[in-house]
Amino acid sequence: MSAGLMAYVWEGLGVTLMLTVFGALLGLVFAFIAGLGRSSDRKVVRGIAMVYTEVFRGFPSLVLLFALIFILPQFGYQLNTLFAGILALALNIGAYAAEVVRGAVKSVPPGQLEAAVALNLTPMQRMRKVVLPQAIVAMIPPFSNNLIELLKATSLVSLVYISDLTFAAQLVRASTGETTLVFLGLLVGYGLIALVLTTIMRLLERMAAKRLGRQVPKGLFAQKEAA
Amino acid sequence: MNEMFEWSRVWDAMPTMLDGLVVALQATLIGYVIALVLGLLFALLRRSNNRWVSMPVGFVVEFIRSTPLLVQLFFFFYVLPLIGISVSPLATGAFALGLHYATYTSEVYRSGIDGVPPGQWEAARALNFSRRRTWTAVILPQAIPRVVPALANYVIAMFKDTPQLLAITVVEMLGAAVAIGSETFRYSEPVAAAGLVYLVVALVMAWLARIVERRYGQVRV
Repeated sequence: MSAGLMAYVWEGLGVTLMLTVFGALLGLVFAFIAGLGRSSDRKVVRGIAMVYTEVFRGFPSLVLLFALIFILPQFGYQLNTLFAGILALALNIGAYAAEVVRGAVKSVPPGQLEAAVALNLTPMQRMRKVVLPQAIVAMIPPFSNNLIELLKATSLVSLVYISDLTFAAQLVRASTGETTLVFLGLLVGYGLIALVLTTIMRLLERMAAKRLGRQVPKGLFAQKEAA
Repeated sequence: MNEMFEWSRVWDAMPTMLDGLVVALQATLIGYVIALVLGLLFALLRRSNNRWVSMPVGFVVEFIRSTPLLVQLFFFFYVLPLIGISVSPLATGAFALGLHYATYTSEVYRSGIDGVPPGQWEAARALNFSRRRTWTAVILPQAIPRVVPALANYVIAMFKDTPQLLAITVVEMLGAAVAIGSETFRYSEPVAAAGLVYLVVALVMAWLARIVERRYGQVRV
């Protein structure tokens, strides 16, 4: 495989990673806003958060992507295609992650909240010092799944001609004609990235748990609990 | 072209959307059946006492689960004809969809099977049940109702993945919308039409899934 083709692959890898990382970060923002918004006391905030979650969980990512790239121009907004990709992915994953956030915040033992109120902490302090640190530890394992879903979803952007890893693989295949090898290699590539991401998330979880003073099982690849 | 968004065109696109919807539902249904059957098979194989069976199957299942459906679609679409298997794009798509989701349903089945109390296994052993009878009469009847809600949710997920089939030339809803768009140079209305239909169908499916959940979620331990 020529050097020129390899350059495409590296560029594709870079784009895929960028989509994943920025999509995750933006999605995280949406997730927290919507997830915390759903537990809000104000009906309007709750309603908006619920609409966001239900709508963007019900929409296929590809349709959202096409909508941002094909429909928005009609209304006068031409988005940079890469940003449109990140936005579509982030909106979609944010909706799923919002449910994770909501569940994790609800899972913090009520006693913690009561103690925080008894200690005269302001709502902001309650959130920052008591609820969020514990909720975040609970959030990380499901987030890890969401992140892998995001990684897989980035391949969709190849269908709108954004030059991600899948798009690069198509180019390589068109040039070399080695269909089976190229697609197998592509699958392995995604599998490796997924492995790296999962390991990073596990490290994050251990760090967060340790900061809370919780016991952490030895060994990075802990026994998978009976799922 | 910054012309106004014409709702009449959205309405006009609907018949084509419905044709595409039928294709998408076909793919979902076939894929779902495959996912249910294959998933159970994977789950049982992964529980095998034989390392040579459980480990490769486990590896393959995890591999398929961690890699994009789109790439798997391309893989089967291009590679199957090379080894002599020549089927329609819809069949290829439904198969790939089913295989991909079988890896998810296998996890669900596994959790259901693990959730059956150990006492049940011991009782079956004490009553001298054969392996086959243990599974068919004791374990599976308890494991499966438990996980029906989770399994029901995967139909929705599969339906929402059907747009990816347009990459392998299946004319489902989004593909039809883009086709209309490329003819009329107005993409907004057909894509909006497709989006609306997806949203409505997904919401209906979610509502149905909630009903199934309520009915089956009453399984006592």
